[in-house]
Amino acid sequence: MTMDLTLANKFYTQMLLIRRFEEKSVELYSNEKIRGFLHLYNGEEAVAVGVMHALSLDDAVLATYREHGQALARGIPAKNIMAEMYGKVEGCSRGRGGSMHLFDAQTRFYGGNAIVAGALPLAVGMALSDKMMNKNRVTVCFFGDGAVAEGEFHESLNLAVLWELPILFVCENNRYAMGTALEFTQSETDISKKAAAYRLSSHQVDGMDVIKVAEAAEQAVSQIHAGKGPVFLECLTYRFRAHSMFDAELYREKEEVQQWKEKDPLRVFEDRLEETGLWSKIKVKEIEDKISDLISEAVEFAENGTYEPLSDLEKFVYSPEVTS
Amino acid sequence: MNEHISYREAVKESIKKSMQDDERVFMMGEDVGRYGGCFAVSMGLQEVFGPERIIDTPLSESAFTGAGIGAALNGMRPIVEIMTANFSLLALDQIMNNAATLLHMSGGQFNVPLVIRMATGGGKQLAAQHSHSFEGWFAHIPGLKILTPATVQDAYDMVTLALADPNPVLIFENPLLYNTKGPLNTSTSPLPIGKALVHRSGKDLSILSYGINLSKALEAAEALETEGIDAEVIDLRSLRPLDDEAIIQSIKKTHRVIIVDEGWKSGSISAEIMARINEQAFFDLDAPMQRVCTTEVPLPYAKHLEDAAIPQPEKIIEMARKLMEEI
Amino acid sequence: MSEFKMPSLGADMESAVLMEWLVKEGDPIQKGQIIAEVETSKGVIEIEVFEDGVVEKLLVEPETECTVGTPLALIRSEGSAKKEPSAKTVSTPEVKVSAPKTEAKPVQIQKKEPAPEVRIKASPAARRKAQELGVDLNTLAPEVGTIQLKDLDTLTQDLDKGPSIDGMRQAIAKAMSRSNAEIPHYYLSVSINMTPALAWLGELNSKRSIKERILPAALLIRAVVLALAEVPELNGFWQNDNHLISKAINPGIAIALRKGGLITPALLDAQEMNLDTTMQSLDDLITRTRANKLRGSEITQQSVTITNLGDLGVERVYGVIYPPQVAIVGLGRIIDAPWAEGDALTVRKVMQATLSGDHRATDGRIGALFLDKLNQLLQRPQELL
Repeated sequence: MTMDLTLANKFYTQMLLIRRFEEKSVELYSNEKIRGFLHLYNGEEAVAVGVMHALSLDDAVLATYREHGQALARGIPAKNIMAEMYGKVEGCSRGRGGSMHLFDAQTRFYGGNAIVAGALPLAVGMALSDKMMNKNRVTVCFFGDGAVAEGEFHESLNLAVLWELPILFVCENNRYAMGTALEFTQSETDISKKAAAYRLSSHQVDGMDVIKVAEAAEQAVSQIHAGKGPVFLECLTYRFRAHSMFDAELYREKEEVQQWKEKDPLRVFEDRLEETGLWSKIKVKEIEDKISDLISEAVEFAENGTYEPLSDLEKFVYSPEVTS
Repeated sequence: MNEHISYREAVKESIKKSMQDDERVFMMGEDVGRYGGCFAVSMGLQEVFGPERIIDTPLSESAFTGAGIGAALNGMRPIVEIMTANFSLLALDQIMNNAATLLHMSGGQFNVPLVIRMATGGGKQLAAQHSHSFEGWFAHIPGLKILTPATVQDAYDMVTLALADPNPVLIFENPLLYNTKGPLNTSTSPLPIGKALVHRSGKDLSILSYGINLSKALEAAEALETEGIDAEVIDLRSLRPLDDEAIIQSIKKTHRVIIVDEGWKSGSISAEIMARINEQAFFDLDAPMQRVCTTEVPLPYAKHLEDAAIPQPEKIIEMARKLMEEI
Repeated sequence: MSEFKMPSLGADMESAVLMEWLVKEGDPIQKGQIIAEVETSKGVIEIEVFEDGVVEKLLVEPETECTVGTPLALIRSEGSAKKEPSAKTVSTPEVKVSAPKTEAKPVQIQKKEPAPEVRIKASPAARRKAQELGVDLNTLAPEVGTIQLKDLDTLTQDLDKGPSIDGMRQAIAKAMSRSNAEIPHYYLSVSINMTPALAWLGELNSKRSIKERILPAALLIRAVVLALAEVPELNGFWQNDNHLISKAINPGIAIALRKGGLITPALLDAQEMNLDTTMQSLDDLITRTRANKLRGSEITQQSVTITNLGDLGVERVYGVIYPPQVAIVGLGRIIDAPWAEGDALTVRKVMQATLSGDHRATDGRIGALFLDKLNQLLQRPQELL
């Protein structure tokens, strides 16, 4: 993958946008503007940005409840995500879903699932039907290390390989399933090795380095397009913040968090760009300002949004038209 | 087509026709292909449509049901066969948390036109884990539609109706019905989902039933006639949505009701129907509402015990006699 | 100047304890900086500030519990901070969510006169039909069990559908018409020397406190009940061409209501009583009748009726039987009348007792037997205890 200024700007801007968006969300949640659960992506930006780079708009994305990064990198406007978290009808799910259930038909973003591993079977079905319809496109399924414990993970990987489905499995291994470290939940902690046991083309990637992630994703996608079956990427990453807002992080040491903050994807990317001399060309302040404006607009959009009328409460339970 | 065929044949023919007419339709489940279907419903279909459209799955209920949902999201019209409702518990998360909710969570963007067929019910000495009747339980969930074909006609029609519906539809087939034969007319348009059917008109009491219970209700009604009790028998056909109008209309006429339900009575579909009758026709009742359900026990293996536990025509007859007495 | 408030960290978080400040007044702070630690139900969580500035004032002492949204500190913001978009008031949907923080105080309930306990057992359909027809369910003869639609069927022919002005009047009219039409009555009477009984009663009462005194009416009822126990054919019903004898003796006692009209509530299971309890039950029944607090069973379960119009001066009562009962006992006024004892003529307290019987169920012989028994019992009042 050739890194040029355009790409460098794109990666940096996208990662910074996610970071600042998440920081803003913390503030809004603390002020009770956003309610329910809030799961933040700080530290994992490189994974979403790197993987999305390898996809086309035609591909499908399935994500978890920790999905703001994927949603932003995929192209769902920040204002619609913000409005969604405010519960307004202008939200991408009309306020029906909230932070954990972002959906967007235009960008083929199929949520947002609050059940760990709940989306893996959906990916199997989407990829299966793509094959049936002779559509050469990829279904990407994001999930965490916690999902590896669920039966659906194993069932889905097995089916994906058995039926040679065009799925890109992206495991965001941030080493903790909520408050339980990987070593306490898995007999075999090398997740890519477990995936390989299903005869899955499986790779481990440095999830803090957006370039590495992007390269691995590109290779995976071309492999899938070539009809070689599904690919599994285990992205080694870390979340700098707690599992959700209401988490005292009793399960990990502050030192460990600090250590991983040294590998902040923004900083890692800066270092990588330094190597090629591109960093000096990045207009950081300009980007910061633009992002700040974008986020302010998003908040204003959400604040000024409207609530769905109560008379619409019972909508969207059944789809009305019946074809005969 | 206008003929007399078995319930099993009717289901198969309907699936076959749907697959011939619409290339988006395919079938997926355990042993539906090479084995020909646990209950022989899909026998021969793989030879006709090939293994890409009649797909044998491993024992992964959650994954292949979720796959059905994914395929439906993506534009296909899958029929997922879960061998029996007993195994559907393994797929409950996909059914409840994805199939039933995606339309809503996405604010109306993504619907799930999925059909899930399952065998249901007890009475074959298969013991506790293989004899469940969960159709009433699933009927609790908004977003799903629940069908219970009791006749050969409905065995055929409901596959068609379900595939035409843009929502997830669960069809519950009782294997004891597979061998029964009945008339099938494919030239008339099917009675829509949500419409009950009066099989026998009567004036003394209403017997509401679904699935396998319909034949038991009809048998009871015949016996009651000889005792001078004129029972009206209704096939509910769908448990979600329920045909409130038909139920209330019947109550207004007879003022007495017995509901026959193979589920356990606690929190059952019979309880729900009673609640609705209470809400909508309280002043039309001349006697307390009654029901015949399965005794609250996991179904036992021994025949005499199992037979005593599930609804039987004799129980319906006895209940009807009591109902007609002075109170 | 802006307020730094206790943040909401979770949907179910209501408050937290500010444990420790990590900054002091006057310290410069940066957006994202951790400035305090709070203790929550899940443990100690660090909280951050969302703007650059200087700590102007710490408003809360450490180890203080604060609800979410409580201002904890004042921050003097830097001038260069981007202006936050002002939150325009958006009309929130009219959802009234009550979130009681404290126990709701019990409301003082005004104790109203409890509604009369009269409740007939009738099916909802029968109730509605009765309402439509203007029929007072109380008038339907004491059927055993619940009133159902078919019980109203016979009435639909007799009714003109006007609103019932005087429900009770209409009900009585109906019952009496039916009685007259259907029941072949026979009438018997006997003169009873009440002097011994009254003397005995007087003796008894003189030794008792006022509360324990027995009224003549109770004595008479007691006598009737015991007589019926020996001639049970008169205590029961005529239904569907069958004579049914009731095990329980529930005499309907005719009681005049203050606003006019007569009601005959039953003294239930009088056969189980003695003289004292008969008196107590009678007293209670009259009280509750006048207060409109009768029970349904008292209105419907009469097995026979006793009408005592002696108060009004009537010497002899030719009663009309209330269907489906088969008898009605009438007791007239106790008067001083000439009485022959042996050859001598004397004056005694005399009362005319009558028996109207349903000739389908019993004949005069039974009726006569009853009256004789009644007379005998009243001559031996001590046996009435």
